[in-house]
Amino acid sequence: MSYLEQNIRTIPTGLSKVLYFNWPLALLLTAVACTGFLMLYSVSGGDIERWAQPQIIRFALGMGVMIFMAFIPINFWREISAFAYIFGIALLVAVPYIGETRGGAQRWIDLKFMTLQPSELMKVAVVMVLALYYDWLDERRVSRPFWVALPILLILLPTFLVLGQPDLGTALLIMAGGAIVMFIAGVSFWYFGIAILSIVLLVTGVFASKDTEYQMLKDYQYKRIETFLDPSSDPLGSGYHITQSKIALGSGGLTGRGFMQGTQQRLNFLPEKHTDFIFTTLGEEFGFVGGIVLLALYGLILIFCYVSALSNRDRFGSLVTIGVGTTFFFYFAVNMSMVMGLAPVVGVPLPLVSYGGSAMMVLLIAFGLVQSAHVHRPR
Amino acid sequence: MKRPVKPGRLRQMLTRRTILLAGLQAGIIGTLGVQMRRIAVEQNQSFRLLAEENRVNIRLIPPVRGLVFDRLGKPLAYNEPNYKIDMVREQSGDPETVLRRLATIIPISEEDITSALQEMSKRRGFVPVTVAEDLDWEHIAAVSANAPALPGITPELGHYRIYPQADDFAHILGFVGPVSDYDLSQTDDDDPLLLIPRFQIGKNGIERRIEKPLRGKSGVKRIEVNSIGRVMRVLGREESQPGANVQLTIDNRLQRYTMERLGKESAAAVVMDVRNGDIVAMASAPSFDPNKFVRGISTTDWNALNTDIYKPMLNKAVTGTYPPGSTFKMVTALAALKGGFVKPDDKVYCGGFLELHNRRFHCWRRGGHGKVNLHDSLKESCDVYYYEISQEVGIENISAMAKELGIGVEHELELPAVREGLAPTKDWKKRRRDADWVIGDTLNASIGQGFVLASPMQLAVMTARIASGTKISPRLVNAIDNRPHPVKGREPLDIDPAHLNAVRKGMYGVVNERGGTAGGSRIRKEGWDMAGKTGTSQVRFITKEERARGVIRNSDLPWERRDHALFVAYAPADNPRFSISVVVEHGGGGSAVAAPIARDIMLEALELSEDMDYRSLPTDVRAGRERPDDKA
Repeated sequence: MSYLEQNIRTIPTGLSKVLYFNWPLALLLTAVACTGFLMLYSVSGGDIERWAQPQIIRFALGMGVMIFMAFIPINFWREISAFAYIFGIALLVAVPYIGETRGGAQRWIDLKFMTLQPSELMKVAVVMVLALYYDWLDERRVSRPFWVALPILLILLPTFLVLGQPDLGTALLIMAGGAIVMFIAGVSFWYFGIAILSIVLLVTGVFASKDTEYQMLKDYQYKRIETFLDPSSDPLGSGYHITQSKIALGSGGLTGRGFMQGTQQRLNFLPEKHTDFIFTTLGEEFGFVGGIVLLALYGLILIFCYVSALSNRDRFGSLVTIGVGTTFFFYFAVNMSMVMGLAPVVGVPLPLVSYGGSAMMVLLIAFGLVQSAHVHRPR
Repeated sequence: MKRPVKPGRLRQMLTRRTILLAGLQAGIIGTLGVQMRRIAVEQNQSFRLLAEENRVNIRLIPPVRGLVFDRLGKPLAYNEPNYKIDMVREQSGDPETVLRRLATIIPISEEDITSALQEMSKRRGFVPVTVAEDLDWEHIAAVSANAPALPGITPELGHYRIYPQADDFAHILGFVGPVSDYDLSQTDDDDPLLLIPRFQIGKNGIERRIEKPLRGKSGVKRIEVNSIGRVMRVLGREESQPGANVQLTIDNRLQRYTMERLGKESAAAVVMDVRNGDIVAMASAPSFDPNKFVRGISTTDWNALNTDIYKPMLNKAVTGTYPPGSTFKMVTALAALKGGFVKPDDKVYCGGFLELHNRRFHCWRRGGHGKVNLHDSLKESCDVYYYEISQEVGIENISAMAKELGIGVEHELELPAVREGLAPTKDWKKRRRDADWVIGDTLNASIGQGFVLASPMQLAVMTARIASGTKISPRLVNAIDNRPHPVKGREPLDIDPAHLNAVRKGMYGVVNERGGTAGGSRIRKEGWDMAGKTGTSQVRFITKEERARGVIRNSDLPWERRDHALFVAYAPADNPRFSISVVVEHGGGGSAVAAPIARDIMLEALELSEDMDYRSLPTDVRAGRERPDDKA
C-alpha cells in the first residue's frame, strides 16, 4: 500500500475542499493586496484607473487561479514539477529572442493580456523541483557530495540565465530560495559554510575585476553597490533613489501625514514610486505605524505558511510551502531594506503591493501550491 | 513502486531547521522594524525638514500662451520674445558699480537704476531682479560678451503678448496683464502658476474668458536648493505644455473696415452670418490699444481712457444695452400676427398721436401717416399703428416674442459682461420696480422704448433670426486647438413662415420702396438688396410743455441727451447671408446716421464674402515656443 493510498480517506474531496482551505492565509494575502490598492490609488493622485484598477483586476484573477490550484491534489503538482522547471528554463533561454527589451534588460514576454517575466516564474519552479528532488532522494544520501552537487546545478543554471538578462535581484532571489529548500531538506551545515565563504570570495573577485577586461557585472550594478556603501557619493544618480525614499519615509513620523496627504511622491521625485518604491508612500502617509502593520501582516503570512508546513507530513508539500514562504520573505525583506537604505537598489518589488502583473501572478500561483499542499495534507 | 518512508531523522531536522529559519527571519523583520522606527520616528525631524524646507524644490516652468487667430488664419494675438537682464544682488558684489558699468553697454536710465537698486534692497540677496527689458539681441550679445565684468548679471528670455491689430480687436481679445491680489481673491483656480509674481493672465475679452485653455499647463523643474533657498542645481524637468490656439469667427478685414467706418462716434456694430451664427465683425468705438496694457499702461493714458465720456474701455456691442426703438417693431408685429390680433392687411388710422387715459402717445411724424397697414407701418415706421395693436397683443406676448428672437435672453459668448438686455413683463415690473404694469408701459414697449433694452449683438441676432427663420445663436469662437465649437440654433423659429414673410417685406420696403425711412441707404447692386429697419430711441422724456413749444432739435441738445441712432438689416434680401446692427450712441436719427454706416459695412461684408471661408492656422507664426531656461 502506497503512502498516498494509506491516507486517501482522510483527505477531503470535491467541493468540500473549500472548508479545508487555509483561509487565514488567503485573508492575509487579501489584506496586503488591499493596502497595495490604497497606495496605488494615492500615488496616482486619486486616479483609480491608472494603477489601482488594473491591479485589483489582476489580483482577483490571481486569487481565482490560487483557489483553482488549491482544488487540484498536491500529487498532481508534484508530478509536473520537473516539467515546470524545464518549461521555465526553456522560456529563459527563449527570452532574448522573443522577449521585449525594457530599461536595457530583456526580461519580458508579451502575452497580450499581460507581460510575463520568465525569471519570476523560475523562482517557483526552482522551489518545486528541489522539493521534488528531496522528496524523492533517499534519506541517507542527502548530504553526500554527488547528491548535493546535483541540486546546486539545478539552482545555478537558471541563476546564470537570469543574471545574463541582466537581473541581479531576481538571480539572487532564485539562488537564496533554492538554498533555503536545501537547508530545510537537511543538507549538512558544512556545505552552507563553504558556500558562504565562496560567495564572499566571489564578491571580492567581482570587485577586483572592475575596470579590467574580465569585468563581471554591468557598470550600473557596480555603481549601485558603491552608492549603497556611500550614498552621498552620487546624490543625483544612483544615490538619488535612496536619499529621496528616506526623505519620504522619514517625513512620515509616527502616524504619517494621512491618506492622500503625502507630498514627496506626488512631486515625482521617484520614478518607481508605484512599483519598487511604493513603500515610501506608505511610510509617508501612514508613518511608522503603517509600516509596522504591513510588516506584521507579512510576518503573519510567514507564520501561517510555516505552521501549515510543520503540520504537513508530506515532505514535498512541506518543502514547497517553506520554499514559497521564504521566497516571499526575501521579496519584502530585500525591498524594504533597499527602500530604507539597508541594501543596494536591486529592483525587487514589494510583494502584492507594488504595481505589476507578473510578480503578483507568480506569487499567487505559488500560494496556490501552498493551499493545495494544505488542503491535501495527510492527516 | 514503493517509496522510501522517511518519518524519522529528516522529519525532525525539517522541523528544527524551519524553526531556526523562522527565527532568523523574525530577527530580520525586527531589524526592519527598528530601522523603520529610526527613520520615521527618531530622525523624523531632520527628514521632515529635508522634505519641507525644500531641500529638493520644484520650480514651475511657465507655459507659452496660446495664440489667437481670425477665421482667415491671421494672427491676432501672439508672443514676442522679450530679452531682459536680471541681476542677483549677492553675486554682484557692489550692485551700483555693476549697474553703472552695465549702463555703458545697454540703455538704462538713471531712473531705472534707482528703482532696480530699490527693488533689490527690498528682496533677499539671491532673488533675481529685472533691471532692464525689451532689449535687442545685440544688447544681449554685448552683455554676454562682457559677462566677466558684470558679476550677478544674467540675460533672460521672457515673452510679451503682442496684439498686431491693436485697437481693432481690443474689445474682443481683451488683453493680458500681471496677476493681481484682486484676481486671486476672485478665482478658485488653484493653478500654482498664478502665484508666480507678474505672471500674465487674461484680464478682459477672449483672453479672460478662455484663460485656461490659452494658458497651457506648467512644467516642473526639480531643483536642489540649500537651506536658504538658493538654487544649487537642476535635477530634472518636465516640460510645460503650450496653451491652445484659438480661432475666432471674425474676419480681420471686415473688423478693421467696421472700426474705421464707425470712426470717431461712440458706436457699436455687429455683423453676423445668418446661416451659422458666425460673428464676422464686432466693433465698439472708440477703442484703445491693448498693447499698452501688456507693458504697463501709463497713468496719463489710463486716466484719459477712464475719463472719456465715450467710454472706450466698454465693449458696447455686448455690454452696452439700449432701448431698441423702432427696430423693435418687428417683434411687436410678429407677436400680433402670431396671436391673430391683426392681419397684414388690417389698417389703422394714424393721426399723429393716440390718446389714452388723457395721455397723448405721439407718432414721430407730427401730422400722422393716415391709414396704414402692417407693411406701411414698418416701411414708414408709424408709431401709432403699434400703440393701437399692442393694447390687444399685451406685453406678455410681446415679451415672449422678443425672447424667441433673442432679446432679453442670455447668449453664450466667450466674452466677459455679456448683458441679457430686457424683455419686460408684468411680473418683472412688480418684482424689480415694485409697481403695477400700466397700459402706457405696453405702448412704450411696443415701439422699443420704455423698459425694453437690447445690446447691438442681440439686435443682430434678432435680425438674423427673422432673416433665416431659425433660432440661430451667435458664435465667436470657431475652434480651440482645432476642436470646433458647434453651431447652435439650426432649428426653425416657432413662427408661421407667412408672418415672417410679411415682416421681411416690410423691412425690404424700409430700404427699397418710396417713402421708406432708409431709402437713402439702398444698395443698388443687383441681387445684393438689403432689408432693414431704422430706429431712433429717445434718451429723455419729452414733456407736454416742451412739445407745445416745439421739440428741440437733436443737434441743439447736449451730446448725452441726444437720441440713439439705430439700424438693423440683412442682405441679400432674397437669400440672406449677413445680418447687421449698428447703434450710434446719441447719434441722432437712425435713418440719417446709422443706416448709411450699416449699408457701407454690409457692402464690404458682401464683397469679402466670396473669400471668407475658414483657413487652417499657420504654423510659422512666432509663438515664442523657445523657452528662457534653454538659453541659460
